[in-house]
Amino acid sequence: MQSLVNMNTDNPSGNTNIRPQNPENGPNKRPAGLVSKLTRNSEAFRELGLLIFIIVLSAIFQIRNPNFLSIANIKDLLANTAILSILAVGMMMVIITRGIDLSIGSTMALSGMITSLTVSAHPDISPLLSLAQGMAIGLAAGLVIGVLVAYFKILPIIATLGLMNILRGMTYLISKGKWVSAYQMSAGFKNLSTGTTLGISNLILFAVIIYILYTYFINQTKTGRHIYAIGSSPDTAELIGIKRKRIVLLVYALMGLLAGLAGVLWVSKFASAQGDTAVGYEMNVIAAVVLGGVNVSGGRGKVSGILLGSILFGILANALPLINISPFWQQFIQGLVILAAIISNVLLQRRNDKLALKKRAI
Amino acid sequence: MEKTAIDTNKLRGLHQYQWEIFLLVLFLAVNVVNSFLSPYYLTLDTFVSTPMNFLDKAFLVLPMTMIIILGNIDVSVGSIVALSSVLMAVSYNAGLPMPLAMVLALLVSTTCGFINGFLQIKFKELSATIITLSTMTVFRGIAYVILEDRSAGKFPSWFSFLAWGYIGKIPFILIVFVLAAIVFAVILHTTRFGRMIYAVGSNRTACEYSGIRTGRIILGVSMLAGLMAGFTSLFLTSRMGSTRPNVALNYELDAIAMTVLGGISTNGGKGRITGPLISIFLIGFLNYGLGLRNVSAQVILIILGTLLILSVLVQNFTDRQSAPSSKKISAPTHRSDAGDGLDIHEHSAQGG
Repeated sequence: MQSLVNMNTDNPSGNTNIRPQNPENGPNKRPAGLVSKLTRNSEAFRELGLLIFIIVLSAIFQIRNPNFLSIANIKDLLANTAILSILAVGMMMVIITRGIDLSIGSTMALSGMITSLTVSAHPDISPLLSLAQGMAIGLAAGLVIGVLVAYFKILPIIATLGLMNILRGMTYLISKGKWVSAYQMSAGFKNLSTGTTLGISNLILFAVIIYILYTYFINQTKTGRHIYAIGSSPDTAELIGIKRKRIVLLVYALMGLLAGLAGVLWVSKFASAQGDTAVGYEMNVIAAVVLGGVNVSGGRGKVSGILLGSILFGILANALPLINISPFWQQFIQGLVILAAIISNVLLQRRNDKLALKKRAI
Repeated sequence: MEKTAIDTNKLRGLHQYQWEIFLLVLFLAVNVVNSFLSPYYLTLDTFVSTPMNFLDKAFLVLPMTMIIILGNIDVSVGSIVALSSVLMAVSYNAGLPMPLAMVLALLVSTTCGFINGFLQIKFKELSATIITLSTMTVFRGIAYVILEDRSAGKFPSWFSFLAWGYIGKIPFILIVFVLAAIVFAVILHTTRFGRMIYAVGSNRTACEYSGIRTGRIILGVSMLAGLMAGFTSLFLTSRMGSTRPNVALNYELDAIAMTVLGGISTNGGKGRITGPLISIFLIGFLNYGLGLRNVSAQVILIILGTLLILSVLVQNFTDRQSAPSSKKISAPTHRSDAGDGLDIHEHSAQGG
């Protein structure tokens, strides 16, 4: 019993991470219950804080520019945030396994470029086929990264930094430096992102579908929980028989798949595929994910968190031009926001751990 | 037992040199190919002056070697170069004398390095990767806030001497770089500070428990990285004659690629500075040769990315091969009967 309690001290929220659905499990019922309750409260506290921050920010923007909370702008904001939030799903998994993916901007560019070139050559191709094509390209890129990281043990940052350049270079090579413009794309292809179904933007629908699937995957399936287990403690996860390499491969493959999808949506939305599509977009995604409380040391993060993080990030991107802040401030503000988010994550975690220890001392 | 230990040491020594010999052979091959491409290539003058094209970013490789030996990665160096370059240009245009503006650039870059290091030791839970990713955005963001989409320049004419000047027949930048490389080699391989970098890179926790102030080591290395980014910004700005907020984009990739190609293991605690020094010239001359053949910058991107991944792959592979010998040191103390089994393993490794 004593040793079990000590184990919990090392990783107070270990139980919550692997099984948040039923925290009262095993013989050490009491301490685990207490700890998870605390952790949960603090995570809820964090999300509540984020929500309050979003509301306050919106109120300020609304005062500065009355158009901010108009239905049209909110729809616009959500549609603009959709791609970011889709990518956040993949990045969350990657970061939970203690990795990082810097190549997604390049993956998006490559998938967008190849699909739009295909569409311009065969205008009567079904948009759904284009989606599948983009996702296949992304999946291939993701599989390469996954194999490099999981099986060849290359640091994620090195592997994705290398792939970032390779994929970007390939995009330029395939396009021969030219753009694919709106007139070369079929109406159906452009409709993928700009169209509406039942009055709701297709982009938002895509995001909603992915979030429903993903929430089920990460919270309810065995594989989903294994992702958390690997992030919390890679060695322990392997000891209890989790196929670590396979899961890591899966995580990067899914990230690639989503990046491929996002690339098609991006190109369809802006009706233009360029060599420098989505340059640096990976930073926005990482920022949104980190803002949403996903711990960069792995093992922690919630779907509701990244959703809030993406929305907050979308609001910042949408509102700064509305209240006449120069676009040149955006990168600086974005960087500060990421820095503040990762630091506040650490501080919250420390407070959390301290509380958990204190509680046990009584 | 003792015999095998000596053999292992020999093997490891050879194995360490092998990488540098491999790089030298590659370097020679690149030069042979280059000389076929251009008849004017193989003169001593070209050979000595070609490094002017790529040595500015080579200053980043020196501290990057230390950072990777520490087991960290720094992706913010390119942004530091941009920020200090922009600040130097703006302050000169605002009336600050040029020498002072140059000192300011070095101060700014060292401060940026200090911030990186400070954040790393204050928030140990965060990896250096994520910290430098965010400071990368912040530093370049500041450069954009200052200069927006304008460029700044109109430096005094003597400023171009930094990148384009010669002393005798040798480019000034080459002389400065060789001096810097010597200083870094001495720091890394002969001083206490240098040994501690290896120690922290091998096992940070053990270092902390044995009383090494790991924070100071990390802070020192980060500040050195900042200072060298300042040097890069001086030479780069001098080479281009003006500056914009988007200069030195992806320089961190080049620096990391050169370091890793130089045989510095990303697992930390291992490697010597000679490898990166060779790989600076290898990649530099390779780029130059590709330029001679009119290969586009995009293909160079692909080649650089592939080289980065390949060199880590080979590193990891050789690391794994030499792994049993490091296990062996601890094995006899725990289980005396395990020694023989490992010895057999050792011999088979030598054979293969």
